[in-house]
Amino acid sequence: MPEIKVTPLGAGQDVGRSCILVSIGGKNIMLDCGMHMGYNDDRRFPDFSYITQNGRLTEFLDCVIISHFHLDHCGALPYMSEMVGYDGPIYMTHPTKAICPILLEDFRKITVDKKGETNFFTSQMIKDCMKKVVPINLHQTVQVDDELEIKAYYAGHVLGAAMVQIKVGAESVVYTGDYNMTPDRHLGAAWIDKCRPDILITESTYATTIRDSKRCRERDFLKKVHETVERGGKVLIPVFALGRAQELCILLETFWERMNLKAPIYFSTGLTEKANHYYKLFITWTNQKIRKTFVQRNMFEFKHIKAFDRTYADNPGPMVVFATPGMLHAGQSLQIFKKWAGNEKNMVIMPGYCVQGTIGHKILNGQKKLEIEGRATLEVKLQVEYMSFSAHADAKGIMQLIRMAEPRNILLVHGEAKKMEFLKDKIEQEFNVSCFMPANGETTTVETNPSVPVDISLNLLKREMALGGPLPDPKKPRTMHGTLIMKDNSLRLLQDPHSDADTLTRIYTHLKSVLKAYTIQHLPDGTVMVESIVIKVSSTAEEPNIKVILLSWSYQDEELGSFLSTLLKKGLPAGL
Amino acid sequence: MMAAHLKKRVYEEFSKVVQQHPLEEVPAKKLRLTKPSKSAALHLDLCKATNPTDALQYLLQFARKTVEAESVEGVARILLEHYYKQETDTSVRLKIASLLGLLSKTQGFSPDCIVDDAISTLNNEKSHQVLAQLLDTLLVIGTQLPDSVAITQRLIEVACKHLSDTYFGVRNKCLQLLGCLGTVDKPLTKESDATTGTSGAPTRDVQSVISDYFADQDPRVRTAAIKAMLQLHDRGMKLQQTIYNQACKLLNDDYEQVRSAAVQMVWVLSQLYAESIVPIPSSNEEIRLVDDSFGKICHMVSDGSWVVRVQAAKLLGSMLQVSPHFLEQTLDKKLMSDLRRKRTAHERAKELYASGEFSSGRRWADDAPKEKVDTSGVNLIDSGACGAFVHGLEDEMYEVRTASVEALCLLAQSSASFAEKCLDFLVDMFNDEIEEVRLQSIHALRQISIHITLREDQLDTVLAVLEDSSRDIREALHELLCYTNVSTKECIQLALLELLKNLTKYPTDRNSVWKCLKFLGVRHPTLVLPLVPELLSTHPYFDTPEPDMDDPAYIAVLVLVFNAAKSCPTMSALFSDHTFRHYAYLRDSLSHLVPQLRLPGKKLTSGLGSEACGPGSGSVESARLFLQDSLAHVSMLQSLEAPGAQDLLDFTIRDLQRLGELQTELAGSADFCATYLRCQLLLTKALQEKLWNIAVPLCLKQNAMASAAVKQILEETYKLEFLYSGLETRQVATIHHVRLQAKALQLVLTARTKRGVDPLIGISEKFIQEVESFQRLFMSELPHFQESFVEKLLEVMPRLVACKPLDLVKILQTTLRQSGFLHLKIPEQIHRASATIIEPTGESDNPLRFTTGLVVALDIDATLEHVQEPQNTVKVQVLYPDGQAHIIHPKPGDFRHPGPGRVRLITQVYLSHSAWTEPCQIEVRLLLAYSSSTSKLSSPKPAWNESTEGLPQTESSIEGTIPLSKPVKVFIMPKLARR
Repeated sequence: MPEIKVTPLGAGQDVGRSCILVSIGGKNIMLDCGMHMGYNDDRRFPDFSYITQNGRLTEFLDCVIISHFHLDHCGALPYMSEMVGYDGPIYMTHPTKAICPILLEDFRKITVDKKGETNFFTSQMIKDCMKKVVPINLHQTVQVDDELEIKAYYAGHVLGAAMVQIKVGAESVVYTGDYNMTPDRHLGAAWIDKCRPDILITESTYATTIRDSKRCRERDFLKKVHETVERGGKVLIPVFALGRAQELCILLETFWERMNLKAPIYFSTGLTEKANHYYKLFITWTNQKIRKTFVQRNMFEFKHIKAFDRTYADNPGPMVVFATPGMLHAGQSLQIFKKWAGNEKNMVIMPGYCVQGTIGHKILNGQKKLEIEGRATLEVKLQVEYMSFSAHADAKGIMQLIRMAEPRNILLVHGEAKKMEFLKDKIEQEFNVSCFMPANGETTTVETNPSVPVDISLNLLKREMALGGPLPDPKKPRTMHGTLIMKDNSLRLLQDPHSDADTLTRIYTHLKSVLKAYTIQHLPDGTVMVESIVIKVSSTAEEPNIKVILLSWSYQDEELGSFLSTLLKKGLPAGL
Repeated sequence: MMAAHLKKRVYEEFSKVVQQHPLEEVPAKKLRLTKPSKSAALHLDLCKATNPTDALQYLLQFARKTVEAESVEGVARILLEHYYKQETDTSVRLKIASLLGLLSKTQGFSPDCIVDDAISTLNNEKSHQVLAQLLDTLLVIGTQLPDSVAITQRLIEVACKHLSDTYFGVRNKCLQLLGCLGTVDKPLTKESDATTGTSGAPTRDVQSVISDYFADQDPRVRTAAIKAMLQLHDRGMKLQQTIYNQACKLLNDDYEQVRSAAVQMVWVLSQLYAESIVPIPSSNEEIRLVDDSFGKICHMVSDGSWVVRVQAAKLLGSMLQVSPHFLEQTLDKKLMSDLRRKRTAHERAKELYASGEFSSGRRWADDAPKEKVDTSGVNLIDSGACGAFVHGLEDEMYEVRTASVEALCLLAQSSASFAEKCLDFLVDMFNDEIEEVRLQSIHALRQISIHITLREDQLDTVLAVLEDSSRDIREALHELLCYTNVSTKECIQLALLELLKNLTKYPTDRNSVWKCLKFLGVRHPTLVLPLVPELLSTHPYFDTPEPDMDDPAYIAVLVLVFNAAKSCPTMSALFSDHTFRHYAYLRDSLSHLVPQLRLPGKKLTSGLGSEACGPGSGSVESARLFLQDSLAHVSMLQSLEAPGAQDLLDFTIRDLQRLGELQTELAGSADFCATYLRCQLLLTKALQEKLWNIAVPLCLKQNAMASAAVKQILEETYKLEFLYSGLETRQVATIHHVRLQAKALQLVLTARTKRGVDPLIGISEKFIQEVESFQRLFMSELPHFQESFVEKLLEVMPRLVACKPLDLVKILQTTLRQSGFLHLKIPEQIHRASATIIEPTGESDNPLRFTTGLVVALDIDATLEHVQEPQNTVKVQVLYPDGQAHIIHPKPGDFRHPGPGRVRLITQVYLSHSAWTEPCQIEVRLLLAYSSSTSKLSSPKPAWNESTEGLPQTESSIEGTIPLSKPVKVFIMPKLARR
């Protein structure tokens, strides 16, 4: 039995350093090649020695597919391709290819320049790595080699995020990457057709969560900002450069436009400008509204949002500032926060999760006095708000995707083991399919039952039709006689004109059409009876092409018998 | 070749004659000549064709021409003959088949003569495409002959026979045929000796035959089968409940077209068998079919294809029989975070509100999950209706969201409890990213607002939208607030505050905001009462400064207070002196916004006004009585020549006009009657002039007066006909009658002033035609026209047609004078079309400056009332000081419909002119365009093939315009361009 093997090197019962190996139909594919945010040592990258102890990966991998540009999905890519060694194709979508190197470079700078690590990939390595990338489009079937093909589907989540279908022959696997089933202000919802893969490898970040409507959160957010600005306060929104930042920008921009507001909105520069540029370019990857209106105005060409200069922080009057980083632990966002924290008119809105120990986490927990850099204490008077904007599918979304794709098996990755457990039970209960959740390094094997396609000759098919009977029913097997030829890699089913049984059937059909008034029977012992006349077909082994037709009748049926013999002497009509 | 060419030429020339005929009234005889040539020409062409390509070309050319009903059969025969004899090429056969279908559609041709031939062609046809086309032709023929049972039966047999074809197109067409022609009362006979080997019952009804194809291998055929079934339903056949299960299975089809059709079918069945009981699979329970199907359609709201989602969402709106339990599930979404139950934002808002802790700052983890969820109890897959609308409203495609809002609105209108529940969701939609959706959800909320009372936090969210920069959104919201019920006085205060904010931000919203506050006051008098001192900033001991009367915000507050005071008599005790003065002023200047108040001790507006406009319904009744009485008085008059009759008429007209002013509900009827009477009066006066006795040269002056009267009468009759809606045939006939009289008078006058007979011939012929068309149009009304002008004319009609113009004039003269006064029957409900230009106001002294040769856009905002089809009839006229007049047709999209009978026109007109030395005023007004051919009663246009021997053109259509609004003056100043 053919089988598909899936081994997570990362993201197995874990979030971070997504890296999943799939063996399907004799091909090995690596899905994502990410890094782990939580570690600074070797555990940061997937353990590539699992694939091979020494030597390059090229000969073991047929291709690498990157689902989107988040570092936990692509952070280890230069390390793998340049330092471990891989020269095969790397597939990613156009936006991912464009944005990925920016993030990698940023990541490199922080680790090497700031933390002073050595033995890390260089800028040149990132460039070399990106040269190996083959960009793909949505719904485009890419032939990696003769047998392996991949196809990308829209996944929402971030710009350019894709789900991929990997197909070898009749076997297929779908890997979702990260995806979002509810549309947001700048991206649409994930979609896949009923492709019925053998395995669906899905993320399960929010396996145990069902989220509230997006609109409430948006409305709350806007109301908060609006009220603060109206009273003349300043709003600080600490964000990470890509993804949610753009969503919030669009949200505020359209709201400003709608409500005719005049207060300035600033975006602290850096990565964002470059990234915004790509958002402007890849309009086709955004949601319906942006796609439809970009002819009049590209939504990412912000009218109200301007670049931030650090001197602006002291300007009087209301303003809204987006600043990096998102957890208020360093950089510009922290500087601005220090300046504004003393005024109760101001507000800080944390749009995402904050790690313990960061200032963000402290203020969210209601701490009113902060010690900064060990010296001065900072009194926090400004209002602190928390708004969660997350772009992963919740439990319902995951179920919805499963229903859309109708897979035969499901494999959960990118989530916590305990939560997966719950979802696994639910999936098995609702869909009655088997569900796996391998840990890192653990291999899951799924047996497949692929259908073997056989070409059938047109003549055989036509004859089969002419023999009558109901139209072919896809759900019912049907027997037919023919010769199976296996040649090279193809199978062909041909008409076999030489078997006796076949000739007899043709005679039977012919007679049936000519002699309507008589009873004609095709008996299972290989004879045809017309009334009482018996017709048999035989041939010798030496000359199988010469058929001897035997007619026997009794004297009473002389008339019919001679008629039949003359009829058969004329031969069969060409159609049969 | 030459001959054929000539023949074609001849044919073409004749065909031109045919087309010109309606214009030039060529005698009918000439036309007959052309008819035989049609088929002959085609025959020749086809015979000439040596190869299939040529033949195809000829056929293509032929298809562009029209064929008369008489020659269709001949043409069809030629085509069929060609089909049988020569044609080996499938494309030619295909074209012939499609032409046969086209020909069968010709009006006045009955295709039963070619049915046999068309059917027999099927037998020998090998090409599947041609077969499909032939079946299509048969379908056309079948639909043309719906009454012929025999033919229908034959066609159905043919369809059944070909149902087993291997080509999907043929099967599709067969199913279509069955859907369009199949009957349920007569079971289909499948010929038992047919070649198809199916055994079993020989007779099957059409539905079971079609339902066999629900499981066809080809999705297109499956779709066609469902569509055929729906077609049967459309034709009034009752579908059997047995197909319900099959239909439900099809909902899971792989193909979106099948699913889309299946959703419709499930819906149809749910409407037919709403109350029957179906079992729930894998359990012993049973539920109503409508609930089951509701659940299934809800499921489709999260389908993979948005087309299906839209359809499912739309259909949900019409499933009103569903049980409330299932209905409320559609909004249900149990939240969960990390396996712990979490409350939705809606629930939290409600609780916050209930605990009196509204609008506290949100803390982190405020929404922290509370109790642990029992893992086995969580249902991740929505069973049935669960959360369908939650999904639909969050959908990616705005089409789905719109459809969901629509459905939500429809369902909520019929269920108060559901309305209460969906309120939060609709309010959330006010924040949608697409304006259309926002607008629609505001409208939806307005429609269900009778069922609901807004909480303060909800109102707050609603009011936030008042700052929207889109005028449509704001106005829709004002409209919504007019119908809203709120619960507390804080709500009123909040609403007022936000509306005033809106007013300062967008001063153009003035009227709309005032109107909104008027209704807010009327609806909540008791809530306004405690606010009054604060609103009017009165103080128990001190006099406060008198507010500025011209401040729109102050007016807004007053409108709110006065309207509340109407049903709250104690309120006026709280007013200060200047408030009473302001009341008197506003009551006069903004009478539509400020109601009549009963003020204690103040008799500021005593007497006339309060009596006339006093308590509502009684006065309408009495006014109606008065109207009837006055008309009854008038109808006593036999002839208007009687002494005192004209005076009575004069008085009645005056009374009616006054009545119209006082009683707005009867204004239409009163105006209509007054105008009619005025026409009669004018006519009588014109006839009374002495001109009839004086010699022609002496009566020029009188003639002038009379012809002026005629002109006026004609104008008034057009107004009567087109400006009023709700007219009955009887009234239209009466109007036409007056017009006829006026025209007769005109003819007489022309005869007297013009020398010679020649000009008269044309006019009198036309007049006679008009009399004839009157007779034709109002045949049924003629009994009411006894002793009238037209009746007398019709009596002598044969003589009229034959006599010379001068004799005609004489007859007319006497008939006119002898004919009696025709009384008017008061119509039930008549409304006069009217329009008011709100913007520009005409008050601005700043001229609009622009460079000559360029254009400037002038915003126009107007309300129209009781105008029918405003898109086609309302025009904007711009009159320049030099007498130039431009008429601008507003785009259909510029007309909005804020309420029944009301239309809002918001458009831009472009002005341009050569340079002026000084700013000058132009006039802008709205016009109502009419043309007598679009008259409500004009006969249906004769079909083109009838027009040959048709009656003479009924009325040369008269087009014109009626001013609909008062003109507004706009200062403009085109300057020379600077070089």
